[in-house]
Amino acid sequence: MTAQPQLNSFRTGPDERGRFGIFGGRFVAETLMPLILDLEEAYEDARKDPAFKAEMESYRTHYIGRPSPLYFAERLTEHLGGAKVYLKREELNHTGSHKVNNVLGQILLAKRMGKKRIIAETGAGQHGVATATLCARFGLECIVFMGAVDVARQAPNVFRMKMLGAEVVPVQSGAKTLKDAMNEALRDWVTNVATTFYCIGTVAGPHPYPAMVRDFQSVIGDETKAQMLEMEGRLPDSLFACVGGGSNAMGLFHPFLDDKEVEIYGVEAAGFGLSNLNAASIAGGRPGVLHGNRTYLLMDGDGQIEEGHSISAGLDYPGIGPEHAWLNDIGRVTYLSATDDEAVEAFQVLSKLEGIIPALESAHAIAKVLEHAPAKPKDHLMVVNLSGRGDKDVPQMAERLGTSL
Amino acid sequence: MTARIDARFRLAASENRAALVTFVTAGDPDHATSLEIVRALPGAGADVIELGMPFTDPMADGPAIQAAGLRALKGGETLHKTLDLVREFRKSDDATPIVLMGYYNPIYIYGVDAFLADAKGAGADGLIVVDLPPEEDEELCIPALAAGLAFVRLATPTTDDARLPAVLKNTAGFVYYVSIAGVTGAATPDFNVVSSAVARLKKHTSLPIAVGFGVKTPEHAAAIAAGADGVVVGSALVDAVKSSLDGEGRATPKTVSAVTDLVSALAAGVRRGRAAA
Repeated sequence: MTAQPQLNSFRTGPDERGRFGIFGGRFVAETLMPLILDLEEAYEDARKDPAFKAEMESYRTHYIGRPSPLYFAERLTEHLGGAKVYLKREELNHTGSHKVNNVLGQILLAKRMGKKRIIAETGAGQHGVATATLCARFGLECIVFMGAVDVARQAPNVFRMKMLGAEVVPVQSGAKTLKDAMNEALRDWVTNVATTFYCIGTVAGPHPYPAMVRDFQSVIGDETKAQMLEMEGRLPDSLFACVGGGSNAMGLFHPFLDDKEVEIYGVEAAGFGLSNLNAASIAGGRPGVLHGNRTYLLMDGDGQIEEGHSISAGLDYPGIGPEHAWLNDIGRVTYLSATDDEAVEAFQVLSKLEGIIPALESAHAIAKVLEHAPAKPKDHLMVVNLSGRGDKDVPQMAERLGTSL
Repeated sequence: MTARIDARFRLAASENRAALVTFVTAGDPDHATSLEIVRALPGAGADVIELGMPFTDPMADGPAIQAAGLRALKGGETLHKTLDLVREFRKSDDATPIVLMGYYNPIYIYGVDAFLADAKGAGADGLIVVDLPPEEDEELCIPALAAGLAFVRLATPTTDDARLPAVLKNTAGFVYYVSIAGVTGAATPDFNVVSSAVARLKKHTSLPIAVGFGVKTPEHAAAIAAGADGVVVGSALVDAVKSSLDGEGRATPKTVSAVTDLVSALAAGVRRGRAAA
């Protein structure tokens, strides 16, 4: 038996073909291939340019409101009686979620590439709102593709996007959710190649998107590291974040991947339960190819993609970013899952104990904190990424809890 | 390896016309009817059959072919059944080339080696897999060539002269020129632009050039056929299937003839193409 090569670092991927192990790649139609190569070159150029970095820093500070606080959740910690729980407050960013970190980077890049027309897909609407916001700020045309089912269940965000001047296109194909919105965005891109920049909202899609979005989101983990060192004088013991495509999780995790003493947990959406309809690609899927990359996907025996199910529109995707797939296979990150019911419970617990209404997406991560924290010693430092605020979910939660608004 | 494809393009060239490449989706609207349709295509004037392997997420296809794929999947079509269809067709036709067209995931899940062996064994001649650009040649293209199946590559308006050699490198059978930047069945191409694109491609390859995307009528086919070696029609044919169905989406006695009537008209258009030019 040959020994597995020992990795010196978990942070060097992807390789020049956009691969993280067997995952990732560039599985796109020929029409898009030249655009993806252009984008890769433009991004490589921008990331080496101090002026690009300085511009991004300035907007992070003055427009998004970074750094976001790392907040000690005292009452939640008391309630759980174990680990000391910290919340990374990404919900306090302008537009109410972590999505804006990535969109800022991509829009500055689009501007640099001279693209005037921006398209995006969105599930819960958080990425759509962030994209519409930055497009308004820079005077760019914005078209957001959103599954018709999601348009119905995320009405407040649809209205926000329209207020910001974006066109929201309800997608009627397939199951009318996030996967179909992404198909439609790719069809638009292939049709409008000369003018259009596709602003993907998560760490998925063809190379260079998974790496580029990760880089833009890594500000979350970089800040967390510095803040924890300042507050506690050491690194955290564990990290928790929800994972749909996985951009908030990758942003928190990536800067810690080589700190081997830090336990890292991603939380997938288990929907009605893992033996029932769910959106847990790692727990319930297997490697396949969709939307430009190889990763874990929910599918049937014929390779036909199945619909994800989750109470949270933002986690309702039958795939996961390819770097997560790789981190799972090499065992650096442990992927858990939380059901709809667990997320609903966590949503209420955090609201009542801390006065913070989390997004239903983030509530999946909180749910696993509720489960794991009590068994940990009191000096265990646990960080959970509070990736978004829950205002958008209030109508849906009211309905679920039997209250008519 | 590409004997049937080569012979058919040579035959068309000897008749001073372009070949007609017809796309239908396997299993649309149901498996038995689609076998009947495929069997009737050569008699109606089709030179090459492009057989769509249905997929839930056809990112490069417009509404017509998306709907055809969903009809087929709803009817229970699978990749195994699609290969059965090829095998059945071959029992009565050993001359008409069949090129399987689709997306990579169902093939990847079937298993690349098993798929190539079964497709070759069933009598398929080539593959078009939309989401495998030359950058991913090791996945399927190179194994397909080794297994004796042509890998037909798409060249598009965004494929510039610098990139063309990479696109053409492992292409066999013919080159499929995508007439517009867009999805299947969308806008009608500008025929002058297409004609100069075909001329540009011919400087880089001696393979036949077939042109598709947005070719809907016998007039379009005639215009493309003036300069190209092949004309591909797909969305218009699956739309003909759709409009022949009953209120429940089932095949009717008109379904097969709806397709073959259009194919006959397109074949006549292709034959007019050079005469007009």
